[in-house]
Amino acid sequence: MTELTLSRAIGTGLRRALADDPKVVLLGEDIGKLGGVFRVTDGLQEEFGRDRVMDTPLAEAGILGTAVGLAFRGYRPVCEIQFDGFIYPAFDQIVAQVAKMHYRTAGSVTMPITVRVPYGGGIGAVEHHSESPEAYFTHTSGLRVVSCSNPQDAHTLIRQAIASDDPVLFFEPKRRYWVKGEVDEEFGQQTLAMGAARVAREGTDVTLVAYGPLVATALDAAGAASDDGISIEVIDLRSLSPIDFDTVEASVRKTGRLVITHEAQQFGGLGAEIAASITDRCFFSLEAAPARVTGFDVPYPPAKLEEHFLPDLDRLLDAVDRVLGRTNSLTGWKA
Amino acid sequence: MGDELVQLLTPRGERVPNHLYDPWIADLESEQLLRLYEDLVVVRRIDTEATALQRQGELGLWPPLLGQEAAQVGSARTLRSDDFVFSSYRENAVAYCRGVQLVDLARVWRGTASSGWNPYDVGMATPSIIIGAQTLHAVGYAIGCAKDGVDSVAIAYFGDGATSEGDTNEAMVFAASFHAPMIFFCQNNQWAISEPVSLQSGLPLAARAPGFGIPSLRVDGNDVLAVMAATRCALDRARTGGGPTFIEAVTYRMGPHTTSDDPGRYVDPAELERWAALDPIARMEGYLEGLGLLTGAAKASITSAADEVARRFRAGCLSLEDPEPLSVFDNVYSAPHSGLERQKSQYAAYLAGFEGGA
Ligand SMILES: Cc1ncc(C[n+]2csc(CCOP(=O)(O)OP(=O)(O)O)c2C)c(N)n1
Ligand SMILES: [Mg+2]
Repeated sequence: MTELTLSRAIGTGLRRALADDPKVVLLGEDIGKLGGVFRVTDGLQEEFGRDRVMDTPLAEAGILGTAVGLAFRGYRPVCEIQFDGFIYPAFDQIVAQVAKMHYRTAGSVTMPITVRVPYGGGIGAVEHHSESPEAYFTHTSGLRVVSCSNPQDAHTLIRQAIASDDPVLFFEPKRRYWVKGEVDEEFGQQTLAMGAARVAREGTDVTLVAYGPLVATALDAAGAASDDGISIEVIDLRSLSPIDFDTVEASVRKTGRLVITHEAQQFGGLGAEIAASITDRCFFSLEAAPARVTGFDVPYPPAKLEEHFLPDLDRLLDAVDRVLGRTNSLTGWKA
Repeated sequence: MGDELVQLLTPRGERVPNHLYDPWIADLESEQLLRLYEDLVVVRRIDTEATALQRQGELGLWPPLLGQEAAQVGSARTLRSDDFVFSSYRENAVAYCRGVQLVDLARVWRGTASSGWNPYDVGMATPSIIIGAQTLHAVGYAIGCAKDGVDSVAIAYFGDGATSEGDTNEAMVFAASFHAPMIFFCQNNQWAISEPVSLQSGLPLAARAPGFGIPSLRVDGNDVLAVMAATRCALDRARTGGGPTFIEAVTYRMGPHTTSDDPGRYVDPAELERWAALDPIARMEGYLEGLGLLTGAAKASITSAADEVARRFRAGCLSLEDPEPLSVFDNVYSAPHSGLERQKSQYAAYLAGFEGGA
């Protein structure tokens, strides 16, 4: 066990993958000498050479298209997209090529490609540097999508993603890169399914489903609610496609109430998918309609407005009040 | 057109005769030469002030243009007000030359707005952070000008790194195919964050354009006169039905990529020193001194004018207040949208609960 930041935990996962499998190659902009703009790949080019850790020309479609060809040739490319908002030039290659290749070739060609994407807001950045595009990819059949919330999961999940024969979109919560935690390099490698959710805090009154950067916010909200005598169970999804609905359902059967949160915009997002699926699975256990706390349906705003876009502790607790039938912003605050 | 670098001023400021490009700047009088110099000094001063403001926490980020003053001023000062600029984030000197208000230069980087100005007020689009995207916009705008029968020109500013993006290459295909009246103005500042230009291209960047059917030239981007001559020549071609031109302005990014970057990790100090000796302002200074135009008094008055601009820029920046919370819902659509209206009124009700410290 060593204490690492979330970004170092991904870096050590990449290092292990490069060391364990000569077919693993890293591609991306500024990932070599600079070590990536977030330093996740720091030192890897020095250790494994330019053939394994490749600074690419500035072209995201180029990175993903080249990864497809490398995968055809038996390699396991790990692509870094510098920021969430820069994945769109690669969208065509990911959605029309990477996602469908196994299906199109009747299973003869696998695409063990990992696409690492620093994502989400809360860092006061300029345009295109704070987005949460995960729903575009969970909507795309053929892709697996995961997001980590802590150093241990970051390490475990990146290695599982690289080992997966399916393409994996790996969303890294950039505002939590500097969070520290104990990391056991062997934890979960053999036993834990990549798609398994985690009960991050047990509770009995409300189930609060989160992933990536908002797991910490959800845990803070649960802590604050407990001072008020409300017991919140926090579930960290980890995998966004597939979703471990068994774990969510078991929790909702116990609590009868569901709140889902993500930074991404609400309309057509994962919150809708989870609310519909859980309603379908255990309608009669629900005491209230599931509530969503998400980014609003607007483009990610300028930095000085992001606190009015991002879900925070107070907005989560307001939704908790709503599903509990307590006074909340929709009923009017004055009791 | 060729591979050699168009240069009208040596690094020491001696005038090099050039029969092809001299005619394009033959009309410049002392007064205009001095004004060009003043522009160079002023935009550098704004840039240093912005970097200082970022260090003091007043701007979230700033992409310094240090070293690229001549490339930006020399090209932007040739444009007419009815021409249109599609730029990337580093072209703050271009914006200044277009008449963007000082306070408006600060908005995006302070995080109070997504766009600093109305593009139609100054003939310059909101800078594109998505690398290369704006090159296609310039093509479309130029095609529109030609369709309208006017001789306005569109100019796309982009970097060496941007030449690798699909959009930039598609822009060249479209511009050539539709004979678009435009200029591809590439500032080759040798770096795309930590990646040297050699990673993007084995050939000089200007050598690519002819393959698309677009004439090109390489100009010394630290020579404001050469940049001006080259841009005027390309503008004239575009205005008279000659189609697009690709200009590679060879320059150098003297500072970090942005205030968040640490070039110490990848830039060789010797390279920085070599380029420091080619400074665009020192060169123009040498030239004007040689002509006897830049006396001590003239220089002092330009310096104090630049300081005054920097003072106004700072004051403008500090005057920018945080936007109203509910403005987060503004301008998403041009007409009301029922789903968004509902979110807005619910959020308004939510915020109301905090009034009076709830
Ligand atoms: C599509 C896209 N990919 C990646 C980035 C991240 N990024 C921002 S600036 C930059 C380098 C650009 O280099 P260049 O085109 O030479 O312009 P310069 O910064 O040197 O002015 C990169 C990779 C981006 N903004 N957009
Ligand atoms: Mg560059």
